[in-house]
Amino acid sequence: MKTKYANLVKNAVGRMVPTEVNGEKQVPFQGIGKYKPESRKYGPKIASCADYPEDGNKQVASLKEALIKAGLKDGMTISTHHHFRNGDLLANQIFDIAKELGVKDLRWVPSASFPCHEHLIQYLEDGTIHHIEGSMNGPLGRFASHGKMKGMGVLRSHGGRYQAIQDGEVKVDITIIGAACADPFGNANGLYGPSASGLLGFALADSQYADKVIVVTDNMVPFPCSPWQIQGNYVDYTVEVEQVGVPEKIVSGTTQITKSPDRLLLAEMTAQLCLEAGIIKDGFSFQSGAGGTSLAVGDYFAKIMREKNIKARFARGGSNKYLVSMLEEGLVDYILDGQTFDLKGVQSMADNPNHVWTSPFTSYNYHGKGNFAGLVDVVILGATEVDVNFNANVVTHSDGLMLHGIGGWQNCLFSKTVILPIPLFRDRIPVILDEVTTICGPGELIDVIVTERGIAINPKRTDLIEALKDSDLPIKTIQELKEEAEKICGKPAKPKFDDELVAVIKWVDGTIIDAVKKVKS
Amino acid sequence: MSNKIATAGNTGKKVRSDCFVTLELRDSGGIELELKSKVQVMYGDSNIELCKDVLSFYGIENAKLVLEDSGALPLVIAARIEAGVKELIDTDKEYLLDLIGENKYTSEKEQFRFSRLYLPGNTPSMMLNAGIHEPNGIILDLEDSVAFTKKKEAQLLVRNALRGINFYGAERMVRINQFPKGLEDVKYLIPHNVHMLLVPKCEGADQIQELEQKIEKIKKEYNVTNPVYLMPIIESALGVERAFEIASASENVVALAIGLEDYTADLGVKRTNEAVESFYARTRIVNACKATRIQAIDSVFSDVGDMEALKENVKVSKGLGFEGMGCIHPRQIKVIHESFAPEVDEIEKAKKVVNAFIDATERGLGVVSLGTKMIDPPVVKRAEKTIHLALSLGLIEENWRDEFSN
Repeated sequence: MKTKYANLVKNAVGRMVPTEVNGEKQVPFQGIGKYKPESRKYGPKIASCADYPEDGNKQVASLKEALIKAGLKDGMTISTHHHFRNGDLLANQIFDIAKELGVKDLRWVPSASFPCHEHLIQYLEDGTIHHIEGSMNGPLGRFASHGKMKGMGVLRSHGGRYQAIQDGEVKVDITIIGAACADPFGNANGLYGPSASGLLGFALADSQYADKVIVVTDNMVPFPCSPWQIQGNYVDYTVEVEQVGVPEKIVSGTTQITKSPDRLLLAEMTAQLCLEAGIIKDGFSFQSGAGGTSLAVGDYFAKIMREKNIKARFARGGSNKYLVSMLEEGLVDYILDGQTFDLKGVQSMADNPNHVWTSPFTSYNYHGKGNFAGLVDVVILGATEVDVNFNANVVTHSDGLMLHGIGGWQNCLFSKTVILPIPLFRDRIPVILDEVTTICGPGELIDVIVTERGIAINPKRTDLIEALKDSDLPIKTIQELKEEAEKICGKPAKPKFDDELVAVIKWVDGTIIDAVKKVKS
Repeated sequence: MSNKIATAGNTGKKVRSDCFVTLELRDSGGIELELKSKVQVMYGDSNIELCKDVLSFYGIENAKLVLEDSGALPLVIAARIEAGVKELIDTDKEYLLDLIGENKYTSEKEQFRFSRLYLPGNTPSMMLNAGIHEPNGIILDLEDSVAFTKKKEAQLLVRNALRGINFYGAERMVRINQFPKGLEDVKYLIPHNVHMLLVPKCEGADQIQELEQKIEKIKKEYNVTNPVYLMPIIESALGVERAFEIASASENVVALAIGLEDYTADLGVKRTNEAVESFYARTRIVNACKATRIQAIDSVFSDVGDMEALKENVKVSKGLGFEGMGCIHPRQIKVIHESFAPEVDEIEKAKKVVNAFIDATERGLGVVSLGTKMIDPPVVKRAEKTIHLALSLGLIEENWRDEFSN
């Protein structure tokens, strides 16, 4: 039996973290850019064409057969991806099959989990799954927060997941890649078919480094499936099934900008700040997510750009119909897309050569020779909590429950300016605290907090402070914002935890930046 | 003691920043508290203290209190428990939390009233952030947006909101209930720095005078010295005919508003976007206001999604002589402000007046004149407001006086 964790030490942000997790050695966070491994990348086994069908047809009859042929057995590491989001039908089936075959102690490495995976809690309870390494959203996070998972949860960013697989921190035995479109050789993309989601970037690392690669689709086309976002040369088996995902839960028919006046105000203030700080200028670049406030920021950007006749060189997706209309209107030259949130985005990616799919390798991998995230002028992100040192949390809530994944959030912190538009409090819960429950991002990378009651600029950004010194925007210190929230809401009591740890948060370089404690039930 | 059960507040999946209280008075057994809260971890303990404190304030020693909390602030929880208590016990005692320092500002007769944001008086979630959208005024509404059975608890919530919620400088207005029921609302408002009462469906000067008497009595009782202004809302054919009489009923009447939903219903006609059916009423009210030198305020525009139509609507409204209108959504505020904004010639005139005033002050002159014309202080005041507004809307630069120096 592997120990869950051991040997706690204090890391560079002052958090106590284990140096052994699930029986494997770990490096505590040492500071940004400090940890540089000297080893070589992980090398997958060499394959030979002699072992694969001469006609290129790797199709087998069922997912079960593919898993058996891939050698599914106790203790293996199984990876999946979240291109189908809450409409994913594959992950649940994989572990149904594992259960049926009596396989135990699997390590599941999803690129993200969704509420639809609540089905898997039974397998965490009966030992089919030992633990999850990947974002745990909603029900799975709640389960793990109460200390019910046998192993430790390991949470990584999208870039951190690529890094961990590339570096051999996570050796994937079998990866199952759900694809909207594929051919029997294993070439696959996310562009065409009923389960279209745009791209398959999150599966890239797994396809390159996993021992066995299975591609599953409900839209099998004759060779060649083009474009091949996943290259069939990495693939062992292909499977055709009735349905891989529930289309309406994969991408929304149409994303909508928030109607909440408070969020619109946050978005408007954020855009105004970017304008006054000189960030919105010809040739600039930005990334703004698909959340209600982020969409609205993009829309305000568009208004400003139209008025001032400014063009952006590129925008980083998550793409959506608003970003696509900016591309089509000529306000941005390129969309570099990491995931697509609505049908308009999928369509544009298929049709428009300037709407480019990317992967966590190009966008986010910290153990590469640069990545795109660092080239972006301004990124708009969210957070559940921020503290007076600008450290931010995206994984746990103020009651201690772990309910969200990291996504690309940590990776995006390397953008030139990082802005978090967040309400000062949510239903009486202050967002700015003395100390965040969990540090997911160090304060030195977070530049501006925009709340409806004031804007705090990180004192390190003297250039921004200078640029905005005559602004009419309500610029305050973060301490003042914290006090304002507490004045309205009252000072919140801290959550009560057990000493036991339930999960660790990895930094983008594979070191451990913080650990999540079990909540007191 | 009877075992009657009282309830107050709101609960449900969509309810935020509110709570639902169930109170049962008992003969023995002490206080039993049951708390279910979305913010239990952060505020569970302080909520228990608050519940105990309110009950003990009313001398309740044996009771069961169930609090279902959706992230309510203390001022909301306290109002809900007080409402429960008052349903079961006859008492005039008021459980008051602090009137926060930020809420002690006053308003003026002359101030701009372009926008006033309606906030349902029994919905705390909409009150908390109302001020950040910078309307000229906020209206805590006790009338149409509050269900008949919730009238009493809304009085307490509005009272606590006036004391504890920061509206960031907006004029603090309350729409009371229709005469004569609205007279009962007044004592929950006057001692808590309300700036203005909106008097719905007003049909005569006698109503205003009776209301004023009541206000005066409470002002004396609570030693309130600030004026409480009145904005009667004309919403019936009779009210329109008596607009002048109502406008001149008291010096505290600083504006008349028109309510078109009820007015068109009273006429028995459909309310249209072109508003031809209410043209007479609107011009009559504007005229009554100008005759008495008070502000004429237009009805709300109810299509919250259509900002272009709102813009058009404001233009027409301004053209008729109205000086403000109601908002039912914060996004309407900016559009209304921009559309009521002073026009170029208006700003130019104000610049000359203010510049002359500053010149005169600098030269130690008691009288301000422009050319051969003397300028009265109210004209200067109004011009200053126009300049201030033009500045805040970004229509002129901070250094606008430079053009007068050469």
